[in-house]
Amino acid sequence: MKDMYEPYVTDDGRTIGRCLMDMRNITLRFGGVEAIKNISFDIREGEIRAIIGPNGAGKSSMLNVVSGFYVPQEGEVWFRGTKRPPMKPYQVARQGIARTFQNIALFEGMSVLDNIMTGRLGHMKTGLFSQAWWYGSAQKEETVNREAVEKVIDFLEIQHIRKTPVGRLPYGLKKRVELARALAAEPKLLLLDEPMAGMNVEEKEDMSRFILDVNDEFGTTIALIEHDMGVVMDLSDRVVVMDYGKKIGDGTPDEVRNNQAVIDAYLGVSHD
Amino acid sequence: MFYREAGDFKTSYVDDSQTFPIAFDRWRYYVVLAFAFLVVPFIINDYWANAVVVPFLIYAIAAIGLNILTGYCGQVSLGTGGFMAVGAYACYKLMTAFPDISIVIHIILAGGVTAAVGVMFGLPSLRIKGFYLAVATLAAQFFLIWLFNRVGWFYNYSASGQINAPEREVFGVLVTGPNTAAWAQYMICLVFVVACAVVARNLTRGTQGRKWMAIRDMDIAAEIIGVNPLRAKLSAFAVSSFFIGISGALFFAVYLGAVEVGEAFGIQKSFLVLFMIIIGGLGSIFGSFAGAAFLVILPVVLKIVGADWLGWPTDLVAHFNLVIVGALIIFFLIKEPHGLAQLWRLAKEKLRLWPFPY
Repeated sequence: MKDMYEPYVTDDGRTIGRCLMDMRNITLRFGGVEAIKNISFDIREGEIRAIIGPNGAGKSSMLNVVSGFYVPQEGEVWFRGTKRPPMKPYQVARQGIARTFQNIALFEGMSVLDNIMTGRLGHMKTGLFSQAWWYGSAQKEETVNREAVEKVIDFLEIQHIRKTPVGRLPYGLKKRVELARALAAEPKLLLLDEPMAGMNVEEKEDMSRFILDVNDEFGTTIALIEHDMGVVMDLSDRVVVMDYGKKIGDGTPDEVRNNQAVIDAYLGVSHD
Repeated sequence: MFYREAGDFKTSYVDDSQTFPIAFDRWRYYVVLAFAFLVVPFIINDYWANAVVVPFLIYAIAAIGLNILTGYCGQVSLGTGGFMAVGAYACYKLMTAFPDISIVIHIILAGGVTAAVGVMFGLPSLRIKGFYLAVATLAAQFFLIWLFNRVGWFYNYSASGQINAPEREVFGVLVTGPNTAAWAQYMICLVFVVACAVVARNLTRGTQGRKWMAIRDMDIAAEIIGVNPLRAKLSAFAVSSFFIGISGALFFAVYLGAVEVGEAFGIQKSFLVLFMIIIGGLGSIFGSFAGAAFLVILPVVLKIVGADWLGWPTDLVAHFNLVIVGALIIFFLIKEPHGLAQLWRLAKEKLRLWPFPY
């Protein structure tokens, strides 16, 4: 494995920076169930980091810890060189962590445009009174943020559905809109929870292309959970493997693929 | 044919985010506004003002207020009557305590007082949702009415327990009290309605509205995206109560003139305004107007048709009113939860292509 603390350039020309997020000895319990057992791993600037594992391994819980939705009972979360104090999920979002959800969590009653505009909340500062008046600062802010949102819409090729209510969209497009909403926040760290679940091959290819483009063009660090091994091995720079809440592997796709514990977890092993 | 957006191109995001993006809509809005301000005041008479127009305008403000809370932010409230009473009594106390200050300022301040009370009763919404929140606001309704009935300070210890609006002028024209001209009543309500509707529209088309709708549609996702749920919900309660307070103040000072709290602002009022937004359309400013107009005009029409033309007894007509409203509520909840506003939207979508739908 490459040296952990020095930036390096990958074969395809992207720069991987220093440690962006460091999870140290995280333990998460729900009552008596230990969903995550003493796991440490890091995410480096500019990389695509995958978290994989069989069902119920604790991957989504891990992502929820990163995004601040769960607070671990033990362990520390370090983001951009500082330890995260206890904070609410919306405060974590303001720090520059955006995410998508395993089951799409869009605002069904709103248009695609409004959904993506909500992603920009962290960039909007005008108060209630100037918004009530609208003209002046509120209008200016709306226009500036609309421009940023339109860039994301162009990037993800969803111009034609801008004004459509989200409830009317097919599944694949909803996934893309959700990615757009997360991207609109211009996050430092983008978390994708099964971005390709339930998609056909073509949609998966599109989504993979978008993920690589996001990483390449905006330099966004991405952590993703995915079950499609082909996708994971192709996309990611490094992979964490979890099983029953424990970390059983961590490294480049090649290292993980040849790790005996990982093979056992996925293929099963005889207990005799 | 009548209604088209073809050829109506936008060249800036400012143009695209205006209230009426389609030129035809915009012009119709200006025409309605001009008619309301320049024609109606000269033709209005006492009967029309008292039976239809003034209550319609006042209920429209209340419906906009409740629609912000329930339609946009998804928090059900049954405390509308109580909050209207807060607006009315705040206005009364201000009018009697500071008789030299303009009534317009009193009405706005009454809205502010109601906003503060609304926020207080909105605090439980951070913990409870849906039906349980509705019950909590129901408690607000009964508590507030009880308070204004029992505590003499609120009605200045008057013997009857009623509050009576003293006479006040705006620009030298009497707007409250029994000697007010119909057009003056109408004009002051109209100015407040237009101002409230514009503010509501500005709030709901921008960031604040998106925060509210995000909370309504999926509160957990909203929080993870960066919406502070506490501030979003409480701001909805504050803005909503502000409007409802203004409508309560107008209802008391301009429309009724004298108020007995249990009668004017009882639980029926809460339901009436809730029905307005259900029939009119949840999450729509236009729907608030449509619902208010419908429920104000329906009994008048029924009275004219039933009692005057067909000669039915008036109590039968009154009961018919209840039956029709009840049936309509059920119909809209099942068939069209977005109410008249959605029917209007669908009609417009059809009209866009009419008469060549293919």
